[in-house]
Amino acid sequence: MASTATTAGAEPVFHLEEEHAHAEGGSTMLGFWLYLMSDCLVFAMLFAAYGVLGGNYAAGPAPKDLFDLGLVAVNTTLLLLSSITYGFAMLTMDKGRVAATQAWLAVTMLFGLGFLSIELNEFAHMIREGATPQRSAFLSSFFTLVGTHGLHVTFGIVWMVTLMMQVARYGLVEANRRRLMCLSMFWHFLDVVWIGVFTFVYLMGMLR
Amino acid sequence: MPETLTKFIFGRLTLESLPLHEPIVVGTFIVVALGGLAVLGAITYFRLWTYLWREWFTSVDHKKIGVMYMALGLVMLLRGFSDAIMMRLQQAIAFNGSEGYLNAHHYDQIFTAHGVIMIFFVAMPFVTGLMNFVVPLQIGARDVSFPFLNNFSFWMTVGGAILVMASLFVGEFARTGWLAYPPLSGIGYSPDVGVDYYIWALQVAGVGTTLSGINLICTIIKMRAPGMTMMRMPVFTWTSLCTNVLIVASFPVLTAVLTLLALDRYVGTNFFTNDFGGNPMMYVNLIWIWGHPEVYILILPLFGVFSEVTSTFSGKRLFGYTSMVYATIVITILSYLVWLHHFFTMGSGASVNSFFGITTMIISIPTGAKMFNWLFTMYRGRIRFELPMMWTVAFMLTFVVGGMTGVLLAVPPADFVLHNSLFLIAHFHNVIIGGVLFGLFAGIAYWWPKAFGFKLDPFWGKVSFWCWVVGFWFAFMPLYILGLMGVTRRMRVFDDPSLQIWFVIAAFGAVLIACGIAAFLVQIFVSIRKRAELVDVTGDPWDGRTLEWSTSSPPPAYNFAFTPVIRDNDAWWDMKKAGYRRPLSGFKPIHMPSNTGTGVILAAFSVALGFGLIWYMWWLAALSFVCLIATAIGHTFNYHRDFDIPAAEVAQTEETRTTLLAAQG
Repeated sequence: MASTATTAGAEPVFHLEEEHAHAEGGSTMLGFWLYLMSDCLVFAMLFAAYGVLGGNYAAGPAPKDLFDLGLVAVNTTLLLLSSITYGFAMLTMDKGRVAATQAWLAVTMLFGLGFLSIELNEFAHMIREGATPQRSAFLSSFFTLVGTHGLHVTFGIVWMVTLMMQVARYGLVEANRRRLMCLSMFWHFLDVVWIGVFTFVYLMGMLR
Repeated sequence: MPETLTKFIFGRLTLESLPLHEPIVVGTFIVVALGGLAVLGAITYFRLWTYLWREWFTSVDHKKIGVMYMALGLVMLLRGFSDAIMMRLQQAIAFNGSEGYLNAHHYDQIFTAHGVIMIFFVAMPFVTGLMNFVVPLQIGARDVSFPFLNNFSFWMTVGGAILVMASLFVGEFARTGWLAYPPLSGIGYSPDVGVDYYIWALQVAGVGTTLSGINLICTIIKMRAPGMTMMRMPVFTWTSLCTNVLIVASFPVLTAVLTLLALDRYVGTNFFTNDFGGNPMMYVNLIWIWGHPEVYILILPLFGVFSEVTSTFSGKRLFGYTSMVYATIVITILSYLVWLHHFFTMGSGASVNSFFGITTMIISIPTGAKMFNWLFTMYRGRIRFELPMMWTVAFMLTFVVGGMTGVLLAVPPADFVLHNSLFLIAHFHNVIIGGVLFGLFAGIAYWWPKAFGFKLDPFWGKVSFWCWVVGFWFAFMPLYILGLMGVTRRMRVFDDPSLQIWFVIAAFGAVLIACGIAAFLVQIFVSIRKRAELVDVTGDPWDGRTLEWSTSSPPPAYNFAFTPVIRDNDAWWDMKKAGYRRPLSGFKPIHMPSNTGTGVILAAFSVALGFGLIWYMWWLAALSFVCLIATAIGHTFNYHRDFDIPAAEVAQTEETRTTLLAAQG
């Protein structure tokens, strides 16, 4: 339409006669991406803090004394699988199958809860052994980085429950599809962050 | 009541927390309380509550939110300036054994509060308000991308301001300086509530700032009218885009670093402590990674204002539009590569200091390019010295000095001498007052007629202008001299009597600035009284060039009856030149977002949450957190967030304007 405005000789066009209103939620994906990147920066700061302080044990326990790689492997698997199952939820959403979408979301949530319970168990174990967040700068930054990721997973689960209720109530309407898409991005983003945590904190911690 | 129960309910808030032993604070409280009661009483008497709630507080209209941001900035400017003039008075009299009139405990809070308020609750609301009001109009949009989020962001900023103001009368504010460096801000050296007020006020306001940044980026990327390519955007929109990119890419850093400080204080972690492996210098690095982009967040939109003003009042297309855009982008990128110049004395070694010194100096190149662009825009222009243009010229003269002292400070060996001195204070006030504040006054004078339909009174504007400009030079040039003599910042009393005269001159300058602020308030008051004389019905009082001048003043709720089509930079100028005629028929219903009170409620819970955390009232913190989440989730169950303005109503609004325009001839 704008191109016709510059056609030589014709009466110049200064406004649209026919409105095509901005599609509802047209900015949502961009906005959510921007939010994710801002959240990514928060994690970047926490990684940076861990990078600076991660070796400051203050004569306290070090990663080798604390981490159980087997458990972390199980945990990582759970979270990665939850991303796959969320992907299945999105595929079924595209086909408009409400029940299947809800089922896959429920499976995703179970994986997420499994991940969280293992993580909390790990934390409890460490604290029982005296490796508290107050013990050293290494532990402060460890608990904050891993804990912040865990909090995000928790919020993701709360969000998922909310969305499941909304899908149950209103069906897979446009707004709900958009919201499921946002949560999908959020969930995969947490997966990516976790891969960073797994590599940078756990694997490299064992090498220190 | 048993003591444990009192402690449970009130946390560490006791009667002793009220600063009843500080006569100055009590006096201030009485004045503020009486003033506040008068305002509340007036609102009640004139039955304005329903109107304010329906038309303003719950409004998702970007124009009204923009105006509310400006009002917030103005109110907080009065508070921040009171702090400033108290410091100036203290420093002018605390000589020859005199202790002045402020004790150390109070004085330290004042310089901290002054910095925090001026940056976060004056400059930020003003800048965000201008962007909110102007950007959608300039790009031919009807609102921002996320109207509800916009309202919510505003109220979170208000929430932060409320917490800072509360600290004046309930407890105390931080005594650490505006960036709260640990270990001083750690629980060991600042066990009181001051730093907690600081942390939670900034966290609450920071949420609002980040979200409004995301919102405006989306608006500029997604909502431009057809034909407006990136390189046809008005320069103010460009600088706003860059500013909001900076906001989204830096405020999360502030959020993270303040969270870590909060953990140190509340949980006992060891991020920034001196023992158990903590590292206080990491705080200084992290906070300046936010802090340096922040100063460009403040100045870039005003560079946009100066560009709009210069080209409008010179009657010329902006000189070097493309170079202006690229200069803005280069500044945006470079602002991330200079943070270490705030602490060359940390001792990072010659190579690191050189790197950051050089990147800092490089920033002056794009900034200088902008200066020359403005000058060349004026060159051979028909310059009209209206108020906005006067502020712009004052800016160019003042800012260049501030820029040059900045380049001087960027030389690490010079910085080793001048670090932490009044020279630095003079430098950043030189660029913030001479750049940001002058730009805001230019912007306010420029867009006021657009917002309210009448111009500001020029006489009182000029009084304010001269008081501000002369006052600024009187207030800060002595500080350069004192800084060169080695006087450090944040001093309460002085030994050397030969320094006093400079502080007296500076205090005189502050008094002049006070007159400037008073004249500004008088200007607003007089203009409202004389609005019939100053009225502008054309919607284009300055013979403007950009789209916001194509609609009525104040613009209708929907901004544009028809979405404009853009063919050139300076779209409105092009339309006027090409014989544009306002469409008078064929109106269609317009889809608009509905108002909602959720933003106010969420922000209120956030303030309660912050207050609970500050005073260790854990029940209040937990309760308001649960309410916060529940309200947010509840809001998502509302699927009907918009409505249509009927075509008849649009037609009627436009008809009214046609009549007005015809009456003017």
